[in-house]
Amino acid sequence: MSQETRFRPGDRVWVKDEERPGHIRTPHYIRGKTGQIEAVHGVFRNPESLAYGGDGTPKRPLYLVGFPQSEVWGRRYRGPRHDRIYVDIFEHWLEPATETRG
Amino acid sequence: MTEQHTPHVDGHDHDGHDHEHPGVQPDGRPPYYAQRIRAIESLLIEKGVLSKGDIQRQIDYIESRSPALGGRIVARAWVDPAYKARLLADAKAAAAELGIDASGVSEIVVVENTDTVHNMIVCTLCSCYPRPILGRPPDWYKSFNYRQRAVVEPRAVMAEFGLELGDNVEVRVHDSTADMRYLVLPQRPAGTDGWSEEQLAAIVNRDSMIGVNNPRLDRVAAPAGS
Repeated sequence: MSQETRFRPGDRVWVKDEERPGHIRTPHYIRGKTGQIEAVHGVFRNPESLAYGGDGTPKRPLYLVGFPQSEVWGRRYRGPRHDRIYVDIFEHWLEPATETRG
Repeated sequence: MTEQHTPHVDGHDHDGHDHEHPGVQPDGRPPYYAQRIRAIESLLIEKGVLSKGDIQRQIDYIESRSPALGGRIVARAWVDPAYKARLLADAKAAAAELGIDASGVSEIVVVENTDTVHNMIVCTLCSCYPRPILGRPPDWYKSFNYRQRAVVEPRAVMAEFGLELGDNVEVRVHDSTADMRYLVLPQRPAGTDGWSEEQLAAIVNRDSMIGVNNPRLDRVAAPAGS
């Protein structure tokens, strides 16, 4: 890893619930949800810069984040509680999960 | 979507379409998007960003990709545990071992199905897909219908493809939102003992590597002598 990462596998994280214009790779449905870091993919050029002719630097850490489906969809999800959804999320969209957030 | 009519995601129900296919226009001009892509192509060539040769090479590369490549990788992983370990650790290198060039810009991650875990892939934001190994994605994979439903009701989607999973299985949906492209390593079906690698590769269909289905023995003739 060429750059220090803020989170490690097992850390609980909260996805920022922000509305920003631009080429955002954090889907709306996952914003504001709490999950767990499953893996650190490495550092990658930032798509929010690349999409507009930028060079994507500084590179950003990208994580595999797992969420229980029941956390994401609540009672809308019809399936066992162990079903999960995994989303790749850049570090600048994540915050440490706190008790109040879940 | 109404109660009376649920469009299926397998591409056989054209009421589920979210865009038109106007084809050649009455005035003989190509449709809007074809004109637009030609205009962008001309500009990129004019500005020296790409050459015509670059574009043709990329077309040739993409046309040379197909789920058969994925089938070879999966079949090798089924018969060779050491290869499977290398595939799960570094998919591009494992593909290269079989002479398959997957060295594109995106990373490729292989996720393994087991007795208790079933993986399914979607790209809710666009149509990210492990193209170096599977080629171009099917139309249904790019449809709003699939992209919306895969995340919220994956089990219902799989059921439409003919796959009913028990509650003892954990369903993991992977939304490929960034630089990683996901490929499912399905489980080797029962009843294939003694099959050759080539015979096994033939039953690894595209849908099983996206995770909406499993390899299906009922869709191929059993090899002679089995």
